[in-house]
Amino acid sequence: MEHSGSWQDNEQFVVQLQECANQLVDKLQNDKYHEASELIHTLLEARDDHIFKSVGQLTRGLHDAIVNFHVDANVDADPAEISGSEIRDASDRLQYVINLTESAADKTMDKVEAITPIAMSLGIESQKLKLEWVRLKKRELTKDDFKLLYDRVDGFLNQMGDGTDKLNKSLQDIILEQGYQDLTGQVLKKVISLVTNVETELVNLMRIAGQVEKVTGVTTNTSSADESGVVEAEGPQIHAEKRADVVSGQDEVDDLLSSLGF
Amino acid sequence: MKILIVDDFSTMRRIIKNLLRDLGFTNTQEADDGTTALPMLRAGDFDFLVTDWNMPGMTGIELLKHVRADAKLVSLPVLMVTAEAKRDQIVEAAQAGVNGYVVKPFTAQVLKEKIEKIFERVDK
Repeated sequence: MEHSGSWQDNEQFVVQLQECANQLVDKLQNDKYHEASELIHTLLEARDDHIFKSVGQLTRGLHDAIVNFHVDANVDADPAEISGSEIRDASDRLQYVINLTESAADKTMDKVEAITPIAMSLGIESQKLKLEWVRLKKRELTKDDFKLLYDRVDGFLNQMGDGTDKLNKSLQDIILEQGYQDLTGQVLKKVISLVTNVETELVNLMRIAGQVEKVTGVTTNTSSADESGVVEAEGPQIHAEKRADVVSGQDEVDDLLSSLGF
Repeated sequence: MKILIVDDFSTMRRIIKNLLRDLGFTNTQEADDGTTALPMLRAGDFDFLVTDWNMPGMTGIELLKHVRADAKLVSLPVLMVTAEAKRDQIVEAAQAGVNGYVVKPFTAQVLKEKIEKIFERVDK
């Protein structure tokens, strides 16, 4: 925006006004009504010129602001067809984050569900063996019992070997699966920057709109906040500790409900 | 006991399903929104509803209100499991007739306690 340009134009206009005003007083005092009338005509033209120039500058500023939004759209269509924009880019990236986190969660749960039975059966078998082992220590086993125990321990040790190999492999895979956080983190950082850009562009547009209001003398009534009385859902709270109207944790939920008699 | 789990995120439905299974409740079905859940509740003979709040078509609070307004479903025990933590919302849910309210993230212990509490009351 050529701020200095518009200031100079204002200065110029004011000087013009002052000169005309002085001449006007002079003509009127000398009863030169026709010339006075022509002067007023000139004044009006100067004012119109000035408005014209200001509007021209604002229009250029508006055009630049709109170009900065980088929105590819056919605005004449109803509804407008948007083929590309920073917001669209940000939305696509957020959808990617949803997809990636869902897939990582599913894969992790798959692995856990696969190894849980292994851990359980190892535990059960070792408990049964322990009972037999206690009997062995108390010398309560018969020769046949001992033979059974012998084979069973042998089998168990093999089971342990295989089982713990699978457990370790799966645990390692689960750690690797958490790598999604790196990818989603990068994508989210990019989204933050896109959204910040759009905010800057909007503020720019607001500034120009303010100047249009000044030039055209239009004022608008800002509407008060929506008071429909509907309690809006806000999703997970990220600053629960800073808000008085939000609970942080199950204990506070339970306290609130019991204080109301539920 | 037949349980309907309603949440628009499949990962959360899976987690709740697993936790319920660990608690011995194996007869579960799922819905991804209030709009799909309500007909299932009306048609099936569910004994328990576990629902999220924030869902695109019909929210959990709307689902709860529909359930309480339906003669067939009016006394269906409903547990809300949700990230919504505003006091106003908790009060609204309680006034609409929810039987329990669990905030995310939650533990298996909390879920177990709330379910036990609900059915302890229902039996009495």
